[in-house]
Order: sequence, then C-alpha cells, then structure tokens
Amino acid sequence: MLWQYILRRVLLAIGVLLAISLMSFILIQLPPGDYISTYIAVLRQQGALLDQRTIDDLTREYGLDKPLPMQYLWWMWQMAHGDFGRSFEWRRPVFDLVKERLPLTIAVSLSSLLFVYIIAIPIGLYSAVKQYSIGDYLATVFGFIGMATPSFLLALILMWFMFSRFGVSIGGLFSQQFQEAPWSWAKFVDFLKHLPVPIIVIGMSGAAGLIRVMRGGMLDELRRQYVTTARAKGVSESQLLLKYPLRVALNPIVSTIGWQLPAIVSGETIVSLVLGLPTTGPLLYRALISQDSYMAGSIVMFLSFLTVVGTLLSDILLAILDPRIRFEGKR
Amino acid sequence: MAEETVIPLMGGRRKLTQAEKYYAASQWQLIRWKFGRHKLAVVSLVVLVILYTVAFCAPFFTPYNGAVKSDYVNHPPMGIHFTHEGRLTWPFVYGIKKDVDPNTYQRIFTDDPSTTYRLKFFIKGWEYKLFGLIPGNLHFFGVEKGGYLFLFGSDDLGHDVFSRVVQASTISLSIGLVGVFLSFILGCILGGISGFYGGVADTAIQRVIEFLISLPNLPVWMALSAAVPNTWSQVRVYLIITVILSITGWCGLARVVRGKLLELREEDYVVAAQVAGTSDWSIILNHLLPGFASYLIVSITLAIPGMILGETALSFIGLGLRPPTISWGVLLQQAQNVRTITIYPWLLTPAIVVIITVLAFNFVGDGLRDAADPYVI
Repeated sequence: MLWQYILRRVLLAIGVLLAISLMSFILIQLPPGDYISTYIAVLRQQGALLDQRTIDDLTREYGLDKPLPMQYLWWMWQMAHGDFGRSFEWRRPVFDLVKERLPLTIAVSLSSLLFVYIIAIPIGLYSAVKQYSIGDYLATVFGFIGMATPSFLLALILMWFMFSRFGVSIGGLFSQQFQEAPWSWAKFVDFLKHLPVPIIVIGMSGAAGLIRVMRGGMLDELRRQYVTTARAKGVSESQLLLKYPLRVALNPIVSTIGWQLPAIVSGETIVSLVLGLPTTGPLLYRALISQDSYMAGSIVMFLSFLTVVGTLLSDILLAILDPRIRFEGKR
Repeated sequence: MAEETVIPLMGGRRKLTQAEKYYAASQWQLIRWKFGRHKLAVVSLVVLVILYTVAFCAPFFTPYNGAVKSDYVNHPPMGIHFTHEGRLTWPFVYGIKKDVDPNTYQRIFTDDPSTTYRLKFFIKGWEYKLFGLIPGNLHFFGVEKGGYLFLFGSDDLGHDVFSRVVQASTISLSIGLVGVFLSFILGCILGGISGFYGGVADTAIQRVIEFLISLPNLPVWMALSAAVPNTWSQVRVYLIITVILSITGWCGLARVVRGKLLELREEDYVVAAQVAGTSDWSIILNHLLPGFASYLIVSITLAIPGMILGETALSFIGLGLRPPTISWGVLLQQAQNVRTITIYPWLLTPAIVVIITVLAFNFVGDGLRDAADPYVI
C-alpha cells in the first residue's frame, strides 16, 4: 500500500517535472530574437571576430537549425548530459554558476521553512490554550500584520530600522572577508551569524498564517469530548494537550508543506534582491534584465524542481507517518 | 419549518421578536447580520470603500499633479498647524524657506513663520480629466496660492508624494480587481467543467492545477514579465501584467468551484432541472452558482491582496509596470536603497498604504468567511 502510494506520487512528480521543463523551454524562447543572434551581437560588441563557421557551429550546438519541438528534445538531451547552455553575460556554463548559488538558496529556504514551523506551532498552541489572554491578542495582531506585510517590504523596513537606529547595515550572507574565501569553519560560523535576518524576513508571513491555522485547529480540538473525558480521568494538563489534540491539530499544518515551500522559494527570490544575498535570486534578476535566456530559464527550472522535489519528499514522509494519507484518493 | 414561515402572515401589526426575525431572514440577510457583528471587518470594509473611492476619483483628491515636478526636492512631510501666535486659527501651513546647512552643505527646508497659507477645501487647482472624459480643476483640498502642502513629503524630483500615492492607487487597486476578474472567469469555466463533467476533463484540469500550484510564483512571474517588450504601451503592459498574475491566480477559485459542484450536482433539484431539459450551463449558472456564491465572494476577496502584492513586488524590482506609469510598486522603487530611506524615510509611505490595504482585505475576507458559513450562528 505504502509503496503503491509512493510510486503514484513519484510518477505524478515526474509528470510535473516534465511540464516544468517545457515551461522553462518556452521561457527561454520568449524574449524576441533567438539566443544565437543575441549571443553573436554580444560577442561582436566585445570585439570578438566571428566567421560564418563559428556561427554555424554555434547554431548546430544549440540545435537552432531544427524545428521547435526538436529543439526542445535536443535541449533535454543536452541537459541529460549536464549541459544547460551557456550564459553569454558571464561567458560560463550555466550549470557552473547555478551550482555555486543553489546550495545557498536551498539552505536559506529550508531554514526559513524550519523557522516557520518552530515559530508557528508553539505560538499557535499557546494562543489556543490561553484564548483571549494578552498573549493571544499579541499573537493575533502579529499574525494579521505579518500576513499583510510582503517579505520584501519587511526586509526594507527592517534594514531601514537597523540602519537608522543602530547604524548596523544588515544584509548579505557573509562578512566582507569571507565573501570570496573557500568554505572553512570560520566562514560557516560567519554564515550562521548572518542567517537569522533573512530567515525571519522570509519566514514571517508563512509563520503568521500558520499561527492562525494552528490556533483555529487547536481550538476546535479542545472543544471535543475526548478532551473533557481525559480531563475527568485526571490526565495532567500538559500530557493531555500534547498527546491527542496537538497531534490532530498538527495535521493540516504538516500537510501544507506543499504550498508553504513554493511561497518560501518565491519570497527568497525577492528578499535576496533586497538584502543582497548571494543566492539564485539576484542571478535570476540579472539574467532577466540582460535577457540571458538560458540562464534565466534554467534558474526558474531549478527553483521549480526544488519545490516539486521538496513537496514530494514531504508527502512521502507524511504517508509514512500518517497511514490515512496513503488511502486518500483511493476511495 | 412551516410554523416559522407562517408567523409574518398571522402576525399582522405585531412586531417580530428577535428569534422570529432570525428564522424569517433570507440567506443574504443572515450574512449581513453576521458580518455586522465582526467589528474589525466592518471597519475594514469602510476603509476599503474609502480607498477605492479615492482611487476612482484620484485627480479630485490630489492637491498636485503627481507627474509635475516642483522646486522643492526631498522636502519632509509638512505639518498642518492649528494655532498661530498662540491663538487657535483655521488650519494653515507655513511658507517654505530654503537654506543650506552650514555644516553639511546639504539643502534644508525651514518654516517661514512670516508667511502663512490657509488650508482650503474644494479649491481650484491643476486641470485634469476625470475618467479621461470629464474635465475639471476642483480638488478636495489644497492650500492658498503661493503655498505648498507636502502631506507625505516630496521625492527627489520634487513630486508631491501624497498625490503620487493617491494616483498610484488607481493602478494598484484596479489591477487587483481586473486580475481577480480574469481569475474568476477562468476559475469558474475550468472549475465548472472539472466539477460538473468529471472524467478526463476533470483529471486533466486537476493535473494542470497541481502543476501551477507547485510552481514558485514569483520567479515565473518575473521571467514572464521580463519578456514583455520595452516598446509596448502603458496600457498593454498593464493588461499583460494582470494576465500574468492571473495565470496562477485562478487555481484557488477553480478548486472552490469544483469542490462545491461535486457536492451539489447530486442534489435532487439538479436532476429535476436536467429532466426538465435545462442545458448544462444554465444549470451551473442559474441553479448551482447561487448555491455557493457566498463562498466564491470569500475566495475572491482573499485573492485580491495576492494580486496587489504581486504587482507591487514585480514593479518594485523593475520588472512589472514601468514609469511613467505610477503604481505603489513603482513608487517603492525609489525606496530600494537603505541610505536613501534613512535620509528620506517618507519615501516608504506607499509601503504603509499597501500594508493597510492588504490588512483590510484580509479582515473583510475573514468576516465574510465567518458570515457565509451557515453552520455557525
């Protein structure tokens, strides 16, 4: 049963991945003019001499002499061999550039996701147990304002506040001396020091929303009769909360990873621009501005892959943890 | 049930009691009552009505034309004074004196107490055409000739920030409505097909929705809007941005429509309509849609802020609407730099307006959701 479920989810995810690759291919084709003519124009501008042979070679390398569906297949074939095209702005293979930054994007996104849950679950729980207390009102206000403030504005406001009040400029993921340095323990510690600000900024709106969900779910559960029964039987209050209602209330929270992750990757993209993080966001932005189409298309593809694979993994994990999910859709 | 419906008939002149009124009320009346009890939602609704009225008649509510420069560059927000030389007077502003800071050599502005300009309502000012048709020069407020009123300060070209925020609201607020309207049509058609017919069409549409939902919105929006040619006119860019925002926006609505249709299509009255020979679309539109219209209104209300934020984000990074079009996102472009906003923090005012708008939509949506739920009294 479990294997069947996993197989079905994996097949579905493969379909989605194919659709994403098709979409990315369309994104690459979207800008006016084909890639080679732009590339040649850039090379000429930089003073390179190009004869017709080189141009023909390039055309063949990118498969531009073929009809569009064939071009798509050719592009897929090249990707299967680790060739994602070249960035003409950086004059380097796209994959090399993405490889440098994607791990940082993943690190920041995953820690933000973790932050969302670590913040939302205890606060939501507290809010529900101590309904209409000062803490609950504070959490509610925080929840609503957090949901209404888009992450890039929060980043902007936070930067302004820190800079004008304390003269500290927040932003980036590394201090000056570590920016170009290879990874070391000292660099890692520096990285951890810079991590909280982007994590809080990116995770805020997600956490704010989940606090509401958690509070609502928990309040519903606390009204149930089994809670009264347990209380009547003398189960201690903390054990009573943690053992049953919390687990039920957690369900809708955990099953929202599927839309939490895309939202976080979206947020990361724009927050990294404002805070100047060396992740894929600024890379994508520059590629779009300079119409570096293979670069832009590939980054969108990688980011989408990231969310799909992340969702798939969380779904499988959930199915292992919660047997009811395995049977869903089989009714 | 029969007993309650009789009450108004035999009641005659007798006033209905509270409980009787409740039972005799229509569904929409119930929703209105329940919504009215949600105070925050009512206040938010008022805020939204004001925002949209101001946005709709933007030129009337702006003391200055946001596109016209003035000599006063980066002027901080001005206070309106109520007392002059210790006496309470009609609200006024002081004249502006330009000075140079002797230490930093920066230009500073100081109040000139010798000149005062009174605040006036329904004052004649710059010429405009309301809705592009009706010419006018009347403005809700302004100060006497010769004076300047920078309620939210001025920017680096001397534009009045307040006027620009108001003028931008026309674009920013309408993009939410137009985008949701597109999403609504797409969501109803595709969700309708999906829920009413089921089968292959349902499976296909569900897969498309799953695909679109799993995408990180912003990078895709960025890539799509970056492909919009520079040569396009303002109106075309505006339309294409709304289309781009709706590409992912319809999914949520389609899911609501589908879910409700699946639930309702087995009802007896649907079978009755089918037997009577009513066409499928007529059944969906005339018999099923009214059954879950309240749910649709809730999800529409909750979808609008997402659209507004999407446009703001895209324009903010320079991939959405472009100047000379002004939207809140375009205005916030000026506030990208920390050093700029540290010196001129009033450039962040569009951000506050954005947050207030989204907050109001969320509260109204919450209130409507509670009100539309028939199982909670």
